[in-house]
Amino acid sequence: MAEPAVPAPPQGPAPWRNPRVRAVAFQVVALLLLLWFFWTIFNNTLTNMESRGITTGFGFLDNTAGFGILFSLIPYDETNTYGRTFVVGLLNTLLVSGLGILFATIIGFILGIARLSPNWLIGKMALVYIEITRNIPLLLQIFFWYFAVLRTVPGPRESVEFPLGAFLNNRGLYVPAPQVESSFWFVVATFGAAIVGAVALLRWAKNRQDTTGRRFPAWPVSLAMVVGLPLLVFWIIGAPLTWDIPELKGFNFKGGMRLIPEFIALWLALTLYTASFIGEIVRSGIQAVSHGQTEASQALGLKRGQSLRLIVIPQAMRIIIPPLTSQYLNLTKNSSLATAIGYPDLVSVFMGTSLNQTGQAVEIVAMTMAVYVAISLTISLLMNLYNRAVALKER
Amino acid sequence: MAQTPTTGAAAETFRPIAPRPPPSSAVGPLRWARDNLFSSPLNVILTLIGLYLVWLIVPGVIDWAILSADFTGSTRDDCPSDGACWVFILQRLDFFIYGFYPDAERWRVDVMFLMLAAVLVPQFIPGFPARGRTWLGIFGLTLYPVITGVLLLGGLFGLPFIETGKWGGLMLTLVLSYVGIVAALPIGILLALGRRSSMPVIRTICVIFIELWRGVPLISVLFMASVMLPLFLPEGVNFDKLLRALIGIVMFQSAYMAEVIRGGLQGIPKGQYEAASALGLGYWRSTALIILPQALKMVIPGIVNTFIALFKDTTLVLIIGLFDILGTVQAAIVDPAWGRVAVEGYVFAAFCFWVFCFGMSRYSQGLEKKLHTGHKR
Repeated sequence: MAEPAVPAPPQGPAPWRNPRVRAVAFQVVALLLLLWFFWTIFNNTLTNMESRGITTGFGFLDNTAGFGILFSLIPYDETNTYGRTFVVGLLNTLLVSGLGILFATIIGFILGIARLSPNWLIGKMALVYIEITRNIPLLLQIFFWYFAVLRTVPGPRESVEFPLGAFLNNRGLYVPAPQVESSFWFVVATFGAAIVGAVALLRWAKNRQDTTGRRFPAWPVSLAMVVGLPLLVFWIIGAPLTWDIPELKGFNFKGGMRLIPEFIALWLALTLYTASFIGEIVRSGIQAVSHGQTEASQALGLKRGQSLRLIVIPQAMRIIIPPLTSQYLNLTKNSSLATAIGYPDLVSVFMGTSLNQTGQAVEIVAMTMAVYVAISLTISLLMNLYNRAVALKER
Repeated sequence: MAQTPTTGAAAETFRPIAPRPPPSSAVGPLRWARDNLFSSPLNVILTLIGLYLVWLIVPGVIDWAILSADFTGSTRDDCPSDGACWVFILQRLDFFIYGFYPDAERWRVDVMFLMLAAVLVPQFIPGFPARGRTWLGIFGLTLYPVITGVLLLGGLFGLPFIETGKWGGLMLTLVLSYVGIVAALPIGILLALGRRSSMPVIRTICVIFIELWRGVPLISVLFMASVMLPLFLPEGVNFDKLLRALIGIVMFQSAYMAEVIRGGLQGIPKGQYEAASALGLGYWRSTALIILPQALKMVIPGIVNTFIALFKDTTLVLIIGLFDILGTVQAAIVDPAWGRVAVEGYVFAAFCFWVFCFGMSRYSQGLEKKLHTGHKR
């Protein structure tokens, strides 16, 4: 009997059929294409800029800008540099987005809870509000508040008066400005100390309840501390705070603080628009907590408030945080619509006026985009940290 | 025969008395109001505040928009009342729909609208044959943009050439958002696949591309497209304004689309991939035949939501000088011949957007409910 032929050892596939070889080749080709693409763009840009006589580099940041800015948080005038216009624009962007995020969160949570209210009327009103605002473009809402409302209010002499000494006219909203004396900082310091004390008290009370089971009315006591102590100090050192109330003098208002209409329109539209999205996020987050959880908490004898505070909200927050983060990012990016009504934010001041004057498109666009990417990354980093704190701790 | 046993002929059959209606406090509007409006002292207060707000807003709005509004006429003088001047909207309606498109050629835009309706409407009719729906959908995604592009632009087949600078109004809004979504879909699919690829170079490129576009505002992308694109191109090559805006929108949108599709890809269980390779399918065939059909179906609501966002975002093109609906409204309300009609103009534009966006969001919610297989209470 002939020996059966020993089968040849299995050979690997031919190199052009080997997935590993193919993957490497594919990536090298992709990389080369990308490099070629950028190299072409780079070359084209250089030749184009040369033929148009545009200088390159960041030297322009030290040149005098020569244009005024409507509203600035830091001292600025025409003789300042482009570098300073960048900072002014950036601060204005941060101001309107920060205030927008704060108020959109408050209104959004109210809307979300109102949507789930057992009260039919309140639920339906919140629904109508949400469905109207979130289905209309933000730019349209900004235009509405700016051109149709704030630009058509009467002049200073016929100002619309609000309670607490605020006046609205076509030059903006005049609100009382706080005038603090130096001793007012004692009150602020007391307030800070009271907050630290309250946090410590809450921790101590929680610890004691965890170990001994005995409770301590920590919330009312700490609330009294935070509100009462600063008021006490304020009264003892003789009320070192006065309000500079705006007054009509001649054709215009004197005193107080003036908020320009561009700012109010942008802030109002951003807040109201984003609030409706946050409202829906909050509603779906609360509804996503399984019914078994609420039923179990009722079975344990928790009251409705306790079950909300201890069982539902902590679990809902986990679902709410990620989409909430992207809404914050959206709001910040949407604040660039300021350009359309002339609020001097980063895009309007830097990517608009400065770019038109210097023509250095590449540097300016790159700087502006870098700022937005940096803001986005910072906000998502902060929210991720918070998310990690509330996330489910797996065993 | 199985009948109710009777003890005797004299036994009377049991006849229950018909139940009495429940007291009026347990059913009907009264009960409903007590349960839903006045269930606790807090709710009574909330209801009263709500009613006050409704009373404050609704009658005024109805009076302004309908009761004391003017509907007929042709000039400002036909709007003597305090209410809305809808005459203005009716008079400028052509401008809001066609922009500066020449009167004689507007039938081309109408053909575009009709074809769009022919593609879209069957998708919402449940009884329509599925095969026809699929073919219409494929036609809408491939041939339709090409045909309408030729039709609207002209210059071929004896149609006069209409430069894109004359496009405007609702038509431009639809062109921008439709092209934006149709072109962003394939790019988004490739990016999403690249982001989940096992090749590090490809993955890195895709991640950087996606995160970069998602991190910047659309307005800066549009600025970039209109200011920097001409610098990037070789000398002598130039695109018109609309095309540059479209490139910006497509880049921006494809990054968002990629993230939506990635969500769908992540939802496919590993067994599907393994089964596909067990059948001997390669990467592209298993992706095209097994993975994508399932993943895309799952993310249709997400795609519709991105489309809604894009539809609203197209208004931004007015900042770089194109006239979409909002742009035409903005241009029309400053006409001194009409006086103060800003509110009417904005309400009209808002209504147009609202109808589209609300309709689409209802559609996507319906789909979500249909696709939702978990238990719900």
